[in-house]
Amino acid sequence: MKLELIYFAWVRERIGVPRETVETEVATVNALVLELRAREERYDLAFSDMSVVRVALDQTLCNFDAPLEGVCEVAFFPPMTGG
Amino acid sequence: MAVRVQIEDFDLGAELAALRAGCTNIGALVSFCGLVRNDTGDLQTLELEHYPEMTEKALAEIEEEAHYRWDLNATLIVHRFGLLEPGEQIMMVATASLHRKAAFEAADFLMDFLKSRAPFWKKETGVDGAKWVDAKEDDETMLKRW
Repeated sequence: MKLELIYFAWVRERIGVPRETVETEVATVNALVLELRAREERYDLAFSDMSVVRVALDQTLCNFDAPLEGVCEVAFFPPMTGG
Repeated sequence: MAVRVQIEDFDLGAELAALRAGCTNIGALVSFCGLVRNDTGDLQTLELEHYPEMTEKALAEIEEEAHYRWDLNATLIVHRFGLLEPGEQIMMVATASLHRKAAFEAADFLMDFLKSRAPFWKKETGVDGAKWVDAKEDDETMLKRW
């Protein structure tokens, strides 16, 4: 399946691009993160401490064990600091 | 109910006047306005990044939850993004209700959820360079109050 990945704040800076399309067969967000980390060092660095990373699937906050089936957009970002 | 995400500044007084215009059943109007703070004297700019496809949806959900919990006549959330300078307005919430308790509590609730559930990120640039603002552990704890 094709997934649109979007990154924000320091996650975007560490990965080096704001968004990209990936082709993957993994079933969950956790598996996607593992696949990305194995791909290149910049992903490994961005996802080295998952306690400070949040994920949204199709613009809704989710857990890392959430399934990717039917999902189009996966966004990774640090804990939010609005207000 | 209204949510706006914008680069440009807003006029707090005009927003509050518009919110209660034509309504004579409102007894309490509470507002909060967040400002770019330079308490250390080192801050030059504050940059707010957001997730455009998600921001308005997330804010509208938080606002809807407030209306579910309290009897509110009207609410407004305005949040800016982009490059801001010390002293500038970042965002505002306003809540209107029959009596003050609901308006105060709902405004407090909106702020707590907006801080850690709306997709905004702050980057401070000062004399020593740029740094992303870390979320406070306290922000998550505050959500448990509700």
